[in-house]
Amino acid sequence: MIRQDFSRIDPKRRTGLDHRKKQFATPVYQNLEYKHRLNFYVTPPTADITLEQFEQWAIDRLRVLAELEACSFRNKSPAETAEHMKPLLQKYLPLASSSSGSSTLQAERQKDHYSHFILRLAFASTEDLRRRFSRVESMLFRLRFQADDLKDRQAFVESLNLDWETVSSEERAMYAPQLQAAGGGYPKNIEEESFFKVDWERVPELVENRRVFLNAGMAYVPGREQLSMVVAEFTSRLDKALELTSRALPRLDEDDRLTPILNHLSQNFTTPDANYSNSTTALPGADISARNVDALSASFPLCMQHLHRSLRRDAHLKHYGRLQYTLFLKGIGLNLEECLVFWRSSFSKITDDVFNKEYRYNVRHAYGDVGGDSNRRGNGYSPFSCQKILTEHPPGPGEAHGCPYRHFSVDNLTALLQQVGVKDHEVLRGVKEDKEKMKYHLACNRVFDYVHKQEIKKVKDDGTWTSAQLETLVHPNEYFKRSYLLKNLGKNPVEVKEEEKPDVAMED
Amino acid sequence: MPHSISPEDTSTPDEIMSVQDADVDGETQMTEGTLIAESEERNGDTQASDVTDQDMTMADIGNDEEKLPKKELIKDEFKSEVKLEDLFADIESDDEFPSSAVPDVKISSSPEAPESPVHIGPTSRASDPEVMRSFYQRLFPWRYLFQWLNHSPTPSTDFGHREFAFTLQNDAYLRYQSFPTSDLLRKDVLRLNPSRFEIGPVYSTNPRDRKTLRKASSFKPIAKELCFDIDLTDYDDIRTCCDKANICNKCWQFMTMAIKVIDVALREDFGFKHIMWVYSGRRGAHAWVCDKKARTMDDQKRRAIAGYLEVIKGGAQSGKRVNVKRPLHSHVARSLDILKPHFESDVLQDQDPWETDEKFARLLELLPDRTLNEALKKKWSSAPGRSSTSKWADIHALAKSGVSKALDTKALRDAQQDIILEYTYPRLDIEVSKHLNHLLKSPFVVHPGTGRVCVPIDTKRCEDFDPLTTPTVTDLLREIDEWKAPEDSETEDKKLQDWEKTSLKPYVEYFRSFVLALMKDEKDIKVKREREENGGMDF
Repeated sequence: MIRQDFSRIDPKRRTGLDHRKKQFATPVYQNLEYKHRLNFYVTPPTADITLEQFEQWAIDRLRVLAELEACSFRNKSPAETAEHMKPLLQKYLPLASSSSGSSTLQAERQKDHYSHFILRLAFASTEDLRRRFSRVESMLFRLRFQADDLKDRQAFVESLNLDWETVSSEERAMYAPQLQAAGGGYPKNIEEESFFKVDWERVPELVENRRVFLNAGMAYVPGREQLSMVVAEFTSRLDKALELTSRALPRLDEDDRLTPILNHLSQNFTTPDANYSNSTTALPGADISARNVDALSASFPLCMQHLHRSLRRDAHLKHYGRLQYTLFLKGIGLNLEECLVFWRSSFSKITDDVFNKEYRYNVRHAYGDVGGDSNRRGNGYSPFSCQKILTEHPPGPGEAHGCPYRHFSVDNLTALLQQVGVKDHEVLRGVKEDKEKMKYHLACNRVFDYVHKQEIKKVKDDGTWTSAQLETLVHPNEYFKRSYLLKNLGKNPVEVKEEEKPDVAMED
Repeated sequence: MPHSISPEDTSTPDEIMSVQDADVDGETQMTEGTLIAESEERNGDTQASDVTDQDMTMADIGNDEEKLPKKELIKDEFKSEVKLEDLFADIESDDEFPSSAVPDVKISSSPEAPESPVHIGPTSRASDPEVMRSFYQRLFPWRYLFQWLNHSPTPSTDFGHREFAFTLQNDAYLRYQSFPTSDLLRKDVLRLNPSRFEIGPVYSTNPRDRKTLRKASSFKPIAKELCFDIDLTDYDDIRTCCDKANICNKCWQFMTMAIKVIDVALREDFGFKHIMWVYSGRRGAHAWVCDKKARTMDDQKRRAIAGYLEVIKGGAQSGKRVNVKRPLHSHVARSLDILKPHFESDVLQDQDPWETDEKFARLLELLPDRTLNEALKKKWSSAPGRSSTSKWADIHALAKSGVSKALDTKALRDAQQDIILEYTYPRLDIEVSKHLNHLLKSPFVVHPGTGRVCVPIDTKRCEDFDPLTTPTVTDLLREIDEWKAPEDSETEDKKLQDWEKTSLKPYVEYFRSFVLALMKDEKDIKVKREREENGGMDF
């Protein structure tokens, strides 16, 4: 893959052997011809490229992937994502369709192919990186698959040789009502659509959303759902390949040219999931203690206010509520002792014994005071970001965690907002619209802007805060910090440092 | 989670010994220990043999109720007595793995040990450690539990790499226990006497070795039964008869409905065959889907099944909690057909959920037509005490009478279907099903709060299952005592096991047939695979 320096003598190797031939079979498909625009990346590349190309191609692909991941964190719909990605893809990773007759067709496809395999090397090392890589690569594949023209797509799918059993017309007629019901009433006429029969395990997402008819372990997938099946196949193959790559990595007999590049690449793939460190949250002069939480709660975002109110009402919170709230409190700077005091006094209906037995451990675990080695070294979990609260563990019966903007009905949300003092009709209507468009961040920021209207105007007029310090909030702890600073403008002259920006700017 | 203790703290030296050695060694050690303790307790009362001693104490309990101090002294003796029996009364001798507990000693020292009474006085409670120990020792179906998790008669990694977690009497939680055979598991349970134990996944390496591995990634869960957990506390907003941990036969009907709906979906839609439902001992039920295909599913597939079966979403704040697409997916439509009759009888009649004003407000919230709602509200407010059945019928009657001109009949029908689902559809604790490495209480353990045994529920007759008549541990131990050998000589040759003498019998037999069917299927798969491979593999 890399142009080798033949005159170089490697002290680690016995001379007289061409190590290159030892490691790879004779590259029979050195000049691979790319028939299709899309690629399942089954065959590794074997042709030579320069070191500059190696790095540049990888960086280009990484740009695309990072942006794609950011789109998903911002809750963009598939259509918006496609729109957003189009110019970026054109710039960094163009892929023309076979019919376009472009002269750079093969070169584009080669770049796509090679850059994928370079990143595979860079991201195979840890479980976490593998998972993220496979996720964004699947997203990219899906995006391209949808954009592909029909003929290309058909030819590509046929080339995959996936063993899908076509449902006979008798069987189709027999299950007609069930098939139509699973498709949301479509197709109107059962003859209009072809169906495949596959093991349900191959289409888990269709099963999860009840979008296919299931019978005896077989899923009856309509032709138009081909996409999700192809993508699932892509993901599963990539996952397997990544696993194999990670096992081969330690044996990658490599000199010091590729490894630094690869390490550099994987480090730059940072999590936009705003990681909260204690140093950025410290609020000098603030009284962060158990007895002061009630007062501080005025500066909490709605999700935490709701948790706080539920806690005060029921003198109890369920597991995920406790976890979300504990970590938030940890993030605002409440130390472990104070946090234990807070929970103990809040759970007023239970005995010390029960508290010590059932709750104390969890709080300590969240602070990294107990638990496995890695938990303690990492100081427990980090406070949940909006992204995590929005996407993981939706609240069930009797639970108060989650994001009210997302998990509440409009009526209940409005009622809650009014309870916490947001009564302006304009704002409430805006929140309702945001919620309908699933822009939960926007709704939350809208409320923040309303509540801190005067203070924001003041700092803007004074020019004491830059616009970077007022960008969209994506973390409950960021919400609290900014709110607290704004409300205590005069009292605590705090030098807010410029560089303390969240990792990713969210300009929805 | 209570504080966990790393297993190393309690590990015994026999971990490193071979199976047989460990058994013999451990037992003799313990024998010595207990014998010494016993003789000290007896204060020199050495001439009494085991058997006569037991007889005496029986009489003592019967007669000397008022002599408290003496009774206590005797009770201590029981304890040591039971301990002694622990060591010898290995009645569940396993044909495949003959117990290594020196058979000669067993016969010579106390030949009547298996038949000896358990001495559970009327005052003993289920949570009494000795009661628990007797249960594990004499009644727990270790052999079938082993076969169930091992999927074949010869010990394999399916059992050996399986995690067990013990909740000890002091509420300490002991994770990552594993055992090569059922005998060793039984021995450790008798030693630690946990108040309950849970079953986790099969790991890629032995859970006990997890800290000695060079790479942490080589220790990961690879297989576990697909599990479901349904708990009646999740029905608290719709059940009116009980709340919290309490249950009665009325609200148990929710569980019957849940079992019917989930069971049929797992069998018909997903094609699973080996599904066992287990009463959780107090207020819920667990399902264990044991098919090979189900066991090896990853988290994504488990999540898919959980999502497929989840119809009621969101908490109390989310407003309408049933949002299903129309036309109804075949699973939802079938569930609705199953649930409709239950809705009429078990919900409307027995629970009467919309009795008062505030309660029927919730019903009105779920109905789409405003004019109709007004009319209904007027009617119901003027007639307090009108039953929920009548109120449900009123909706239909008033809609027909044309109160609301702009009534969308289809929307109303859909809303009514949603209401039926909201009040009857199973409420799953979905997290249990989603993850491969979730621990779930083992079948046949005793619920420490109620003393009831977590018995399997026969799905064919799940309507007959009554949680309030399931055997409690104290009942069972008494039944052993009261049992008399039948007169006819036929059964005399064959020694009955203790569980066969009690009302636990039908449950263990059900479990046995379930396990046998599962093992048969696994065997067929193995044979088939070997044939396909055609001896190409050299083991």
